[in-house]
Amino acid sequence: MTSGAPAKRVDTARALRDAGLTALLAFGLFLPLVGFETVTDVRNDLILVTRWPLLFAMVAIAGLGRLAYSLAIEPWLQQRAMRPSAEPAPWRRHVASWIIPFALGFVILYPGIVLATAGFGRAVKWIDNFGIQVLIYVMLGWGLNIVVGLAGLLDLGYVAFYAVGAYSYALLAKTFGLSFWILLPLAGILASFWGILLGFPVLRLRGDYLAIVTLAFGEIIRIVLINWVDLTNGYAGITGIPRPTFFGIPFNAEEGGFASVFGLEFSPIYRTIFLYYLILALALLTAFVTVRLRRLPVGRAWEALREDEIACRSLGINTTNTKLTAFAMGAMFAGFAGSFFSARQGFISPDSFTFLESATILSIVVLGGMGSQIGVAIAAVVMIGGTEIMRELDFLKLFFGSTFDPTQYRMLLFGLAMVLIMIWRPRGLIATRDPSVVLKERKAIGKDLVKEGHG
Amino acid sequence: MEVFFQQLINGITLGSIYGLIAIGYTMVFGIIGMVNFAHGDVFMVSVFIALVTFLLLTSLLGISSIALALFLVLIVAMLFTSLVNWTIERLAYRPLRGSFRLAPLISAIGMSIFLSNFVQVTQGPRNKSIPPMVQGEFVLFTQNDYPVTLSLKQLIIWLVTAILLVCFWYLVTKTRLGRAQRACEQDQKMAALVGVDVDRTISMTFVIAAALAAVAGTMYLMYYGVVSFADGFVPGVKAFTAAVLGGIGSLPGAVIGGILIGLIETMWSAYFSIDYKDVAAFSVLAITLIFLPQGLFGRPDVEKV
Repeated sequence: MTSGAPAKRVDTARALRDAGLTALLAFGLFLPLVGFETVTDVRNDLILVTRWPLLFAMVAIAGLGRLAYSLAIEPWLQQRAMRPSAEPAPWRRHVASWIIPFALGFVILYPGIVLATAGFGRAVKWIDNFGIQVLIYVMLGWGLNIVVGLAGLLDLGYVAFYAVGAYSYALLAKTFGLSFWILLPLAGILASFWGILLGFPVLRLRGDYLAIVTLAFGEIIRIVLINWVDLTNGYAGITGIPRPTFFGIPFNAEEGGFASVFGLEFSPIYRTIFLYYLILALALLTAFVTVRLRRLPVGRAWEALREDEIACRSLGINTTNTKLTAFAMGAMFAGFAGSFFSARQGFISPDSFTFLESATILSIVVLGGMGSQIGVAIAAVVMIGGTEIMRELDFLKLFFGSTFDPTQYRMLLFGLAMVLIMIWRPRGLIATRDPSVVLKERKAIGKDLVKEGHG
Repeated sequence: MEVFFQQLINGITLGSIYGLIAIGYTMVFGIIGMVNFAHGDVFMVSVFIALVTFLLLTSLLGISSIALALFLVLIVAMLFTSLVNWTIERLAYRPLRGSFRLAPLISAIGMSIFLSNFVQVTQGPRNKSIPPMVQGEFVLFTQNDYPVTLSLKQLIIWLVTAILLVCFWYLVTKTRLGRAQRACEQDQKMAALVGVDVDRTISMTFVIAAALAAVAGTMYLMYYGVVSFADGFVPGVKAFTAAVLGGIGSLPGAVIGGILIGLIETMWSAYFSIDYKDVAAFSVLAITLIFLPQGLFGRPDVEKV
């Protein structure tokens, strides 16, 4: 220590005692569910199998982790906290100003990069599972960001509007044979109607209560989708949903298909690349509309509502209309995303619209930093991309044996990541806010000044 | 009428289980103003702990007396579930206390996802079923050749719930801990100033909530005899509905709300449609919050500038 501050001596005895207590706690926590496994035996009876090695490994990990924390990480954190906080280095601001153009360039070139590196055969998987999947969640995150991030209305049933969009496209396309390009706006309009319909009764509610009621609505819509078998085919879902065409040219191997019209050899990859750019365009549309809306009176009213509802009412802002437009706009983008989803999958069932999806989308918005579009995009890449990458970690089988299946741990780590990111940055990854109106110079609003409303 | 009486008995049984879970929601909400989203999954974890303990006692240790086994299962499940919930509060909620309003909610949702997937990974995704623990029933009366029965397990659930509620009532109204809890509920800062250890009180609230959820879990296992890792969400939301219906923050409200939700659900299944029984519960939740946000026994929320 050269700074002159007295270094806090590492108390080894205390560290050891803490590690012992942690190990004991871990033993208590893991004993019933890790120490024993309930297995169905050949006679179909439930029996117990013990797993002592696994239990003791986990207890040891907990104890040693705690020991490492007290001996190494904690002193380091204290030391860092004592250092005077310097101004952010100038390179950081440079990076920040370049990050948007760079990210935009990357996502536009992404299919090309994948094709060049992974080759024709494996590129479909990377563009579809990875690119399209992440972009759907980016779009949903940006859509929900209007409701939660801008208007401050906590919505835990957002997936209902996604489902409305998906089922609208699937049913209308199958029954009336309408094209994707007509149904895309129609699905958005239908979803926004539902947004207004569900928004009306909950206008008086705020905060957690609003979240729970929207959760209830989301579940009701899902249960209706499951049980209204005549219309939705229940659990079995809808199959054979028409796929989108390239402005009228279908992506198939036949004469008049995309490949033959453009004189290319048929490959499913063209459709995938087309879908990728489609969802990219839709997501960018969402972002663009949000940015523009923030400058319109309605967008300003949303943000004012988020900050203080009572002040809003005193100033004569019609809070009913403000809330309903937020619900309707958010729902509309979910409807777009839903119709894209059903067109991409060709198959939908109520399983795709569970509460877990709503929770995922909301967590993306909150983890990203409510209201921050870049934050939402980063959170979507981290959370969705991270869990998708878990599917690709087959090499871990070398370490843990061939029965080890990394995909099993996807949602486990997803939940853990939600908790850890919240503890690390309770206001999300990007906690500062950009003002939409400025007097002289543009300054970001620091996270200490960001207030949450009651909405 | 006979169907009505039978459903009344079934509904009160189901409602007792919901009521026990609902107390956990209402207590935690009352004291730190947070919807503990993971509580339904804590309940599910307690069912698994009870299952493991029951199998351990009967098959490995060879305890043949069901009454003794059930009693031990109850105690063990309460202990271990309390430990789980204590740790959850310590790790996932305490660092976020006094922070951004949405942070604990997201943390709790993350915890809920973590818990259900932890059980899925460690215990496998399939339904776990055991042969019925308790058999036997009493025929109360017979009408139109339809016997209205009260089974032994229903009777046990009623008795255990009643006894536990009396103990809990005593704990909250008469002990030092209960006083501290009520003080923290009214004003944490003031409570801290007069010497109440707020952190410890909140920890104990989570422990009590978990212990009651474990009672519900043991009863659930005895009543249905089957559980899977995904069984936390729906009972959790229904118990939350019960807490809201009774007036969130109100302890007698949670129990009465639980019994009402149990009755609504069984009556709906009997007279309307069993497919839509969850819709009934969710609609009750929405309707209550929209028209009666303070619930049956809650204090109205005053809006202040």
